[in-house]
Amino acid sequence: MRYLPLDESEREAMLTRIGVPDIEALFADIPADKRLHGLLDIPLAKSEMAVERAMSAIAGRSVAAGSVPFFLGSGAYRRHIPATVDHLIQRSEFLTSYTPYQPEIAQGTLQVLFEFQTQVAELTGMQVANASMYDGSTACGEAMLMAHRLTRRNRAVISGGLHPQYADVCATLAHMAGDRISRLAPDLRASEDIIAAIDDETSCVIAQSPDFFGNPRDLAAIAEAAHAHGALLIAVFTDPVALGLLRSPGEMGADIAVGEGQGLGNALNFGGPYVGLFATRLKYVRQMPGRLAGETVDVEGRRSFVLTLSTREQHIRREKATSNICTNSGLCALAFSIHLSLLGAKGLEQLAKVNHANAVELAERLAAIPSVEVVNAHFFNEFVMRTPGPAAELIEALAKRGVIGGLPVSRLLPGAGLDDCIVVASTETNTGEDRAAYAEALADCLTMKP
Amino acid sequence: MNVQGRPTHPETAAAMSGETFTGNRGLDIEEALIFESGRFDATGVDIDEPAPFEPKLGPHARGRALRLPGLTEPEAIRHYVRLSRNNYSIDAGIYPLGSCTMKHNPRLNEKMARLPGFADVHPLQPVSTAQGALELIEALSNALLIMTGMDAIAMSPKAGAHGELCGMMAIKAAIEARGEGETRRVALVPDSAHGTNPATAALIGYSVRSVPAGADGIVSVETVKAALAPDVAAIMLTNPNTCGLFEREIVGIADAVHEAGAYFYCDGANFNAVVGKTRPGDLGVDAMHINLHKTFSTPHGGGGPGAGPVALSARLAPYAPVPFIRREGGALRLVEHVEGSESFGRMCAFHGQMGMFVRALSFILSHGADGLKQASEDAVLSANYIRACLSDVMSAPFGDRSCMHEALFDDRWLKDTGLTTLDFAKAMIDEGYHPMTVYFPLIVHGAMLIEPTESESKASLDLFIMTLRDLALAAKAGKRERFLSAPEHSPRRRLDETRAARQPVLRWTSPQPA
Amino acid sequence: MTQILYSKDHEYVRVEGEEGVVGISEHAQQQLGDVVFAEVPPIGKKLKQGDAAAVVESVKAASDVFAPVSGEVVAVNSEVESTPGLINEDALGKGWLFRLRLADANELKGLMDEAAYAEFVKSLG
Repeated sequence: MRYLPLDESEREAMLTRIGVPDIEALFADIPADKRLHGLLDIPLAKSEMAVERAMSAIAGRSVAAGSVPFFLGSGAYRRHIPATVDHLIQRSEFLTSYTPYQPEIAQGTLQVLFEFQTQVAELTGMQVANASMYDGSTACGEAMLMAHRLTRRNRAVISGGLHPQYADVCATLAHMAGDRISRLAPDLRASEDIIAAIDDETSCVIAQSPDFFGNPRDLAAIAEAAHAHGALLIAVFTDPVALGLLRSPGEMGADIAVGEGQGLGNALNFGGPYVGLFATRLKYVRQMPGRLAGETVDVEGRRSFVLTLSTREQHIRREKATSNICTNSGLCALAFSIHLSLLGAKGLEQLAKVNHANAVELAERLAAIPSVEVVNAHFFNEFVMRTPGPAAELIEALAKRGVIGGLPVSRLLPGAGLDDCIVVASTETNTGEDRAAYAEALADCLTMKP
Repeated sequence: MNVQGRPTHPETAAAMSGETFTGNRGLDIEEALIFESGRFDATGVDIDEPAPFEPKLGPHARGRALRLPGLTEPEAIRHYVRLSRNNYSIDAGIYPLGSCTMKHNPRLNEKMARLPGFADVHPLQPVSTAQGALELIEALSNALLIMTGMDAIAMSPKAGAHGELCGMMAIKAAIEARGEGETRRVALVPDSAHGTNPATAALIGYSVRSVPAGADGIVSVETVKAALAPDVAAIMLTNPNTCGLFEREIVGIADAVHEAGAYFYCDGANFNAVVGKTRPGDLGVDAMHINLHKTFSTPHGGGGPGAGPVALSARLAPYAPVPFIRREGGALRLVEHVEGSESFGRMCAFHGQMGMFVRALSFILSHGADGLKQASEDAVLSANYIRACLSDVMSAPFGDRSCMHEALFDDRWLKDTGLTTLDFAKAMIDEGYHPMTVYFPLIVHGAMLIEPTESESKASLDLFIMTLRDLALAAKAGKRERFLSAPEHSPRRRLDETRAARQPVLRWTSPQPA
Repeated sequence: MTQILYSKDHEYVRVEGEEGVVGISEHAQQQLGDVVFAEVPPIGKKLKQGDAAAVVESVKAASDVFAPVSGEVVAVNSEVESTPGLINEDALGKGWLFRLRLADANELKGLMDEAAYAEFVKSLG
């Protein structure tokens, strides 16, 4: 078998050296009546060719985003990723290396993490960032727990503009940890009075900008109100490219900034693996979960990098750890960092500009269709479109016409009275033809309604 | 208390080796940070200027300019290629890390993961346009169900520790559904457990009660029975355990736990030893996470991403988190909301680590039933071969008994050498080897845990063994310098970790005022 | 009258009349290695004997410091928070952690004097 180097004569020799008659002797501790004697009920080994054939057939039964006009975001964004990124992350030494616990032979990984941490801190306008978390949603949940530890309170206030699945993650964590949350109603027009929900028992306010409905928000006022009550602001974002044009969480007074980094360097991958970005104020660093790469020197005085402040982590603190996390999102963080290194600030701003320009043009086209309303006054690269009738059906009809038109809000927020709303996204990967095709297909679908 | 008192401040000042102008040493290149070598006004991505348009950002535009360097493609390739060369990797050598299962990462997996029908599909596309993606997840789930002999799989957890959390949350939900949420709040955890286990228990508000292993390295039914009480929600056992031993009394333990009204969580980190040889479901396990990045070869990527799907028994299946996949008529459907079910909630946005699912399924299809069984047998065979070949020079805490897929030694054999496990590990680096897992499990003094996996050729194993023998004999012969000044040949020598923790520098900072 | 007494968890209390100065023992600091972080309790906190009172961290380990006797925290050594290395340099002197107003002098009887503690440490092997 192509992945198993030992041959039969070698196995025999090894058994002899060990001093057992056969391999089953080494499994003797398994209770006899629980030992499997035949083979598992799955097919036998397959050649590479056969595996490729089988898996390509399965892959062929999904519509790839790049094969159609595509306008879906809502927490994951279709980006053009420079060819360099995927090439570099496949280098053996990045792809197949372990966590850098032996820093002398892991300076590659450690220096990348140090650069990544710097980029994330700069992007979010915060003082310090960690070496990444699993994704934006779990980073959000961890931020909430961190705020509970820092304030010694356990009631989080959650904006109605937070991605519904992020809010669900926080709700699940809070319930399990015995904490409380106040979850505001879905806030289509960024009009909620979240400040009124903050009181002296609030540990944190979790608010997203641009929010789930595409609205950029002024979180500065919320930060002020939170601080006045001794609470923290956790600012969330789901597309890092937005920070190329919009005010950063740090500028708005956030205490913790968390977000999804998938939008740089990482493919859509049907939801994972993604990369959680997590940044905070320096004074809170000991309560920050996740790994941290720090600078030091070696015996010869050469600058080096090492995982540090590890005593916060599970392998040392065990039940007193800041979190139970063991892995970061290493390779995805590397991809993010490479993409951002290629872009630089100048490229990121330009990329953000194109995203925004495309969204603006799309919004104009769609709003020009009778019975279509674009809800947002302001947006970055996502906005809400309202149409007559159930949005979910409209999206299906569009899909049949070969257009992925966006997210029907009812899919993530059933029963919120937003069944006629679609969150439409437009990134740099859409062309003018794509946008025209969308408008045409939409007009078609709408005129066919009785 | 760190009773093993390891120095973290290098005390030996090394002689400076011959200096070069660049600081480079042949192919080993000293590479600056992108913030030092890159230009802050440059970019390496060509992006067309959009036609003039009226922005709609409102009053939310960035105030403070971003300061991030941009690299052109040649600069970027050089930077990252040079950095990569400072890393050890499985592709370059054995990683004998106990508990990590650093097996070979097949390249076919990478090719399959990049098929557009897997990689370029958005998680929120209309389900009718993502049937292939759902099919892939279903196929992997089915394979894992067959391997574990259990009833349901929660696919969404993003890593092993996340899977542990998922399994324990399901247990907590089941207990709350019985009305015992206030009374059962204790988790039984062996002191040999991985740190994630007690950390996970604490996250859901449970306190930890220790169930120590006996002198034979395993947990006995009596010990568990003595610790069981009406306040116990679950036991968290790793099997095979962190000492590399199969928990022989596991069935009796599972029975006792169930009789006491509690649940059995199994940490599946060491599943590689028993795939195709036994099934956790048959042993009485209620929940077990599977590390796809261990047993199923998905690449470690320098620290992640992982994936930690959780197999659940029939008793816990109703509480599985959303989302889950249902087959209805001829099509696959995603259940994304808890309403109408007893699901305990949601672990993360979207559906799980699809990229790792594709790789894991590619691994499973490639190996098949026969290959998977052979892999487990080879993993166990190789670990015992190493154990047998080193048992005369290194000391084992539980005597001369066979192990599963990893061999455990302690540091008694280093007594009187003036050397520690750490020194031994650093000397391995000079020989071209990544050290084994050291100082884990905590219950063994100076632990050295060696897991070769099934991916090593006999030649590779033999050289590894001979090298460790040479090092062990050198240690006993008093050749301390070889150890105390190690590593000498790696890109960096021992680091000042104390300084890194006392004066944390966690990012590059611009020398000029912002 | 000053006497130094030790607990089984390697804390010491230097009794000064009705108050006691608490820290970790010389043996403890050696075992921990270079201390990188120390967290002291807030002034005014009332501790019972055995309560987790402070935290001392080295690079590879973290240790809870338990109150060797009951009392109210009347002073803390903020210097160790900025210079944790003091705990290594001078555990019984400048590396002190906090000062208690003793609640129950009888508790002192259960602690070990220097000689007894030295024996105890030897027995740990």
